[in-house]
Formats: sequence, C-alpha cells, structure tokens
Amino acid sequence: MSKEEKKTQADIQEDNSSKKKQEMFLFLSEKEEKEGFLSKNNRKLLSDPLDDNNPITVQVLGICSALAITVQLKPAIVMSLAVVFVMAFGNMIISLLRKTIPSRIRIIVQLVVVASLVILVDQFLKAFAYDVSKQLSIFIGLIITNCIIMGRLEAFALGNGVYKSFLDGVGNAAGYGLILIIVAFFRELLGSGTLLGFEVLGHQAASIEDSTGLYALGYENNGLFLLSPMALIIVGLVIWYQRSRNKKLIEEN
Amino acid sequence: MDRNSNKYTFIFSIIMVFVVAASLSITATSLQPMQNENVRQEKMQNILSTVGIECERAEAEKLYKKHIVDEITLDNDGNRVESRKAFNVSLAKEMDKPIEEQVFPMYKAQYKGSTNYVIPLRGKGLWDAIWGYVALEEDFNTIQGVIFDHKGETAGLGAEITRDWFQENFKNEKIFNEEGDLVAVQVTKGYSQPDNKSDNKVDAISGATITSDGVTDMMQERLKKYLPYIKSKTQKIAFTDE
Repeated sequence: MSKEEKKTQADIQEDNSSKKKQEMFLFLSEKEEKEGFLSKNNRKLLSDPLDDNNPITVQVLGICSALAITVQLKPAIVMSLAVVFVMAFGNMIISLLRKTIPSRIRIIVQLVVVASLVILVDQFLKAFAYDVSKQLSIFIGLIITNCIIMGRLEAFALGNGVYKSFLDGVGNAAGYGLILIIVAFFRELLGSGTLLGFEVLGHQAASIEDSTGLYALGYENNGLFLLSPMALIIVGLVIWYQRSRNKKLIEEN
Repeated sequence: MDRNSNKYTFIFSIIMVFVVAASLSITATSLQPMQNENVRQEKMQNILSTVGIECERAEAEKLYKKHIVDEITLDNDGNRVESRKAFNVSLAKEMDKPIEEQVFPMYKAQYKGSTNYVIPLRGKGLWDAIWGYVALEEDFNTIQGVIFDHKGETAGLGAEITRDWFQENFKNEKIFNEEGDLVAVQVTKGYSQPDNKSDNKVDAISGATITSDGVTDMMQERLKKYLPYIKSKTQKIAFTDE
C-alpha cells in the first residue's frame, strides 16, 4: 500500500467520523445529558478499556484475531482502525435504534448492523487498500464474530445514549487495537527485524560480512515470533506487566 | 405500537432488510470499478513477476504494455483464436465448459533479451481454488518462474505456496521428462535434491500434502492443454535447427 492510499483511507474515516459528529451534536442538543462532552464520566468511558477494563488483557476477549493478524504491524493497524470504525458506528446505530428494536430479535438486528458495517469496511479496503485487504483476507469478515463488538452492543449500546455509546465503542476498540499493535510491534521487530516493512535492525544478507546493522554482529531473527503461540506469550507478558503496575486488577485471593 | 407484537417485529425486520440491502448494494456497485481495476493490475503484476519483473501494482500496467508483446488465445487443437482476448479469459469460467469450447490463454513476454511464454494455471487445493502462472522459456521446457495464489488454503501450511522459498524451487525445472513426455513438475514429499533440475520434481510443503498434490495436478492438467501448440512450435524449432 502506498502512502497516498493510506492517506485517502484515513481521510475517508476522518470525513465519516466528522460527519457523524455533527449529527451527534444535533442529537445531543435536543435531549438528555447535561454533562460536558468530555466530563469525567465520559473520559472514563474512553480510558477505562485502555487499561482497567481492557477487552483483551482483562476481559480476555478477541484473542483469536490477536493471534492471527499480529505478525506484522501494518495489518494490525488496519485491523484496529477497522474495528474502531465498526465498533463506534455499530454502537451508535444500535443506541439510536435502542427504543425501536423489538427485543425478541435484538440479537439479529445487532448482527445485521455489525455485518453490514463489516461488509462496508471490506469493500472499501478492496477498493482503496487492496494489498492490505488481501493480507487480512478472512479476518475482516471475522470482525463480525469478534465477541467484543457484540458484547458492547448488548451490554452498553442497548441501554445508553448515542454519545456515550460512541465513546464506549471507540474506547473498547482502541483498547483492543492498542494490545494488537503492541503485540504486532514485538512480533514484527523480533521475528522479521522490520517495522512497517522498514529494516530497522539493518539488512540481513546471505552472509554476515554483507549484512549491515545488528546482523553484521551475528544477530539472527527469531522465527518463533512469527508463529501464533508467541502472540499468546506476548499477550501474557503484557498482562503481567499491566497487573504489576495496576493494583486494581489484582484479585484478592 | 407495542414493541413486542408480531406485527411490529415483522415490519421492523422488513424495513431493516430493505435499508441494509439498498445501502450495501449501492456501495458495492459504486466501488466495483475500482476493485476490478485492482484485480486487473494484480493480474498483470503476477504475469510480470513470473518472468522476473518485480514491480509495484501501480506500475504494472505500464510495464505490462512494454514487456508483454503478444496475448495468445488457443483453442483445443492449438490454433489461435483471434475473437477472444487472452487477458479477459477467465479460467474459472472456461473450465466449466466442454473441452471443445474452451480456450487457453497465453502471454508472450520479452524481457532482458529473452522470450518467455506465460501460461495461467488453475486447480483445486485442499479447501478451495488455487491458481497461478508459469513462465516457460523459449524451448517450452524450462521453467523461468512461477507464481501461485490461493483462495482459502490453511495459513502457514497450504498457504505457503504463495511464498518465494517454495516458488523459487520451480526455477529451471523442466516440464518434459527424458522420454519427451509432458509430466510437468511433481511436488514430492521427502524430496532432497533441490539442485537436480532435470528430474521434474520439487520438494513439497510439510503438513500440506493435499495442497502440494493440487499444485502437481494443476500444472499437469493445464500444461497438457497447450501440448498441441507446444508441439507445433518446438517442431518448427527442431526443423530449422536441421
């Protein structure tokens, strides 16, 4: 994917979100919530899933995709953006419809909303970021089954206002994306010696004499990092680090 | 209206289905041209890469026009069919037709002073279709390069056919055996002579036997279809040699 393509994609997402934001402000001015846009409660919706209530490291959801698409940084970033998009808009749409959805078919409605958003993302990627969409292949489609998304729709969006749902969606998706990117960073760096495709550790040639950077000193890439088990191990290490810092997460017994 | 009544539920779901269907089909239709363009460029990129031209997808079209000097469409007897453009032939569709009606596309490439013939491949892997391109040198025997792709092979096993290390093995392999029969290249388990380029064999991928067999079958099946044309060409070469 060239830089240009990346830009257009980011632009689209930005455009979409700014449009939605305007709608949101209209919606807000009419009713509910006298709180400020980034009141303490609202900030908490965004920041909680990043640490105290992280979907991957605390709730241990969405592990499957965390294994599958974290071999390289770029697909992980695109996947995170796609999940942010799907989760924020899915949450908003469900929250908008929450007073009209017949409760007996609410799960079906949620699925339809998530599935259509995912198809949209897939179509846009195929048109504007073809190579990334090939790399992610079925995993974009599998966002539908990402239990974080259905979980947030069911647990939060059905009972909360649009703006709060939006924040909750962005927050949870960002928490998911954060872990994805951390894992992908280490896996790509130590597994392939590159970051976003750039050879940050120097160039590895067939012989040590021809190599540059760390490879000239005899450094070797660790192939284990390319395999799925290493993703779990890194997630485990992240959980360890997080719990050693955040006392709230430590169970009493 | 009562949100839990049957009537409401039906009306709600009907409206929902219409809205969703409309918005999705509008998006899909409007993005279709761009997606097709990407697929087209990727096809050019793949054809070029078998003859050793590595390029970005955006440059593919320019280089394709420069280096692919002829697009050949053949019928079952090895005669040229001018009414069908080789690049637009979809192998997936062709293979469903009876053999007499099928056409077989081929591309003639000129790069760095050598002429290659690129033949598209398509076959079955373990889960779904696999496809690719093989570039033959002017003798219609030595492989200049191959590229494979797949729809749904297992990541890390069957999907490895798309990797360079696997495709590298095919370079300089021969598709005819010493008796002069077209045997293509066998992807063989436990094979340990990667440097022997005249035995029509390359090493298989461990854990991906069915995909490996699929590659073998695909190459054999597809290359055989070009035998009449290859014969007519190589005989001419042999004739002029005498």
